Amino acid sequence: MKYGLETGLLAVGAFLALLGAAFAHDNQFQAHMWVLFFVLLAGTVVMIRRVSFAPYRVPGDSLPKGAASPYFDEVVKYGVIATVFWGVVGFLVGVVVALQLAFPDLNIEPWFNFGRMRPLHTSAVIFAFGGNALIATAFYVVQRTSRARLFGGDLGWFVFWGYQLFIVMAATGYLLGITQAREYAEPEWYVDLWLTVVWVAFLVAFLGTILTRKEPHIYVANWFFLSFIVTIAMLHIVNNLAVPVSFLGVKSYSAFSGVQDALTQWWYGHNAVGFFLTAGFLGMMYYFIPKQVNRPVYSYRLSIIHFWALIFLYIWAGPHHLHYTALPDWAQTLGMVFSIMLWMPSWGGMINGLMTLSGAWDKVRTDPIVRMMVMAVAFYGMATFEGPMMSIRAVNSLSHYTDWTIGHVHSGALGWNGLITFGAIYYMVPKLWNRERLYSIRMVNWHFWLATLGIVVYAAVMWVAGIQQGLMWREYDEQGFLVYSFAETVAAMFPYYVLRAVGGGLFLAGALIMAFNVTMTILGYQRDEEAIPGSSAVAQPAE
Amino acid sequence: METYTALRHFADSWGLLAMTIFFVGVVLFTFRPGARKAAESAAEIPLKED
Repeated sequence: MKYGLETGLLAVGAFLALLGAAFAHDNQFQAHMWVLFFVLLAGTVVMIRRVSFAPYRVPGDSLPKGAASPYFDEVVKYGVIATVFWGVVGFLVGVVVALQLAFPDLNIEPWFNFGRMRPLHTSAVIFAFGGNALIATAFYVVQRTSRARLFGGDLGWFVFWGYQLFIVMAATGYLLGITQAREYAEPEWYVDLWLTVVWVAFLVAFLGTILTRKEPHIYVANWFFLSFIVTIAMLHIVNNLAVPVSFLGVKSYSAFSGVQDALTQWWYGHNAVGFFLTAGFLGMMYYFIPKQVNRPVYSYRLSIIHFWALIFLYIWAGPHHLHYTALPDWAQTLGMVFSIMLWMPSWGGMINGLMTLSGAWDKVRTDPIVRMMVMAVAFYGMATFEGPMMSIRAVNSLSHYTDWTIGHVHSGALGWNGLITFGAIYYMVPKLWNRERLYSIRMVNWHFWLATLGIVVYAAVMWVAGIQQGLMWREYDEQGFLVYSFAETVAAMFPYYVLRAVGGGLFLAGALIMAFNVTMTILGYQRDEEAIPGSSAVAQPAE
Repeated sequence: METYTALRHFADSWGLLAMTIFFVGVVLFTFRPGARKAAESAAEIPLKED
C-alpha cells in the first residue's frame, strides 16, 4: 500500500492524542488533545480510503496524463488553494474583530471574545494566509529557478500538511484560551515543537533543491526565501525557549525574565515582520514581477545589495517596540537607528521592483495583475517609510499603543503582503492547472479596486483615530491633570472603528471575488467577457 | 568581567567591525569588474523557460 507508513504514523499520532486527552494535566490540554485526536483520526481515515481529490479534467485539456511536469507542483496547487481559503477566513475574522471593537455586544464569551479572536485573526492572516503563500511560492520558484524537482520526494507533502496541522492547533488553541501571551508567537510549547519539526523539513526541502540545482547561479529570489526560512527557524526557537509545567499540560514559563524576555519577544516580533513578511515576500516580488511583465529585474546588482543590506539591518530593529520601557537607552537608540537605516534598502528594493516595468508601463493600464503587483510594491515603499518614522522615539511617544500602529501594520500587511500574494496567485493558477487564462481578468480588476479602496479607507481612518487617541491620552490641563479619562478616549473612537470595519469589508469582498475567480479557473471555465482595452486578446503574458 | 559586559564590549567593537567589513566586502564584490555581465545573465534566469 502506498503511504502505508504515513497512514500508520497518523494512526499512532491519533492514539497518542487520545492518551494525551485521557491523562491531561488540565482541562485546556484535554480539550486541545481531543481536537488533535479528531483531526488526526480524520487524516487517518482519509489516508486509508485514499479519496481522490484530483481536479475536474476539462475535455481537450492539453496536458495528457502521464506527461508529468518535471516539477513537483501538486503540493503547490494545494498550497495555492490553502492560501485562498485561509485568506478568506483570516480577513473574515478581521472584519468580525473590527466590529467587536465598535460594537462590544458582539463579544460572545468565552470562545469568541476579542481577546481570543484577535490572535486568531493575526495568526490566520500572517501564518495561515501568508505562510501558505510563502511555502507555495517558495516551492514554485525554487524548482523553476533551480531547474530541479523539489528535493525529498514526499517531504513537500509533510511540510504542507504538517503546517496545516500547526494552523489548526494554533487556531483552536486560541479559541480555547491557550496562549503564552507573546504577540505573533501565541501557541504554547507543544505546538511550537511541532512547528519546529515542520520548519526543519521545509528548510531541508528548500535547501536540498538548491543544492541539487541544474542552474549554476542561485537566483536572488531564492536568497530571500532561504534567509526567510533560516531566520524564522532561529527566531522561533529562541523566542519559544520555555519550560512546561507538565508534559501533559498547556502552561509553560519562558526561559527569560523581565526586560530580557521583552526584548527577546520583540527581537522575534520585529524580525517576523522583517523576514516572514518582508524577505519572503520580496522573494515573490523578484520572481513574479519579472515573469508577469516578461522583463528581467531592473538591476540585479541592486537586488543583491538590497538583500544584504536588508538582512544586516533588520535583525537589530526590534528594540523600537520597547521605547520608554525598562530597556536600556542605548538599546532603544540602537533599534531606532537601525530602523531608520532600513529606509535605504527598503526604498532601493521598491525602486528596483517598480523600475522593472520601465519600458512596459502600459501594462499597468492593460494588465490588472501587473497593476496589483505595482500597487503592492508601492505599499511596500509607503509602509517601510512610515515604519522607520514611527520608530523615532519622539514620534513613537505619540504613536505607540494607538491605532496608528494598527493602521501602519495593515497598510503593510494588506497592501504589500496581500496584493503581492494575490498577484502571485493570479499568475500561478492558470499555469499550475494548465489553463489558457484566468476565468475572468475583469474580476481581477474588481478585486484590485476593492482591495485598494479598502486599504486606503482602513489606513486613513486609523491615522486620524491613532493621532487623535495619542493626543487625547497626553492632554493635560493647566494644573497638570489629564483632561480625558481612558473610557472617553475609547468612546471617541467609535466612528473610526465603524469605518475601519467598512474598509476591511471592502478588502474581504475583493478576496471573495478572488476565491470565486480562482475556483472557476481551476474547474476549467472561462468567463465570456470583453478584453481590457489595450491589452492583447489573451491577457496572460506571452511565454 | 560579567558575561553581559564582555559580550556587549565584543558586540560593539570586534563584532561590529567584522560585520561592517563583511558588508562593505559584499558591496565591493557586487561592483567588481565583470559583475555587470554576470548579473545580467543571472537576471534572465526566471525568463529562460517556465
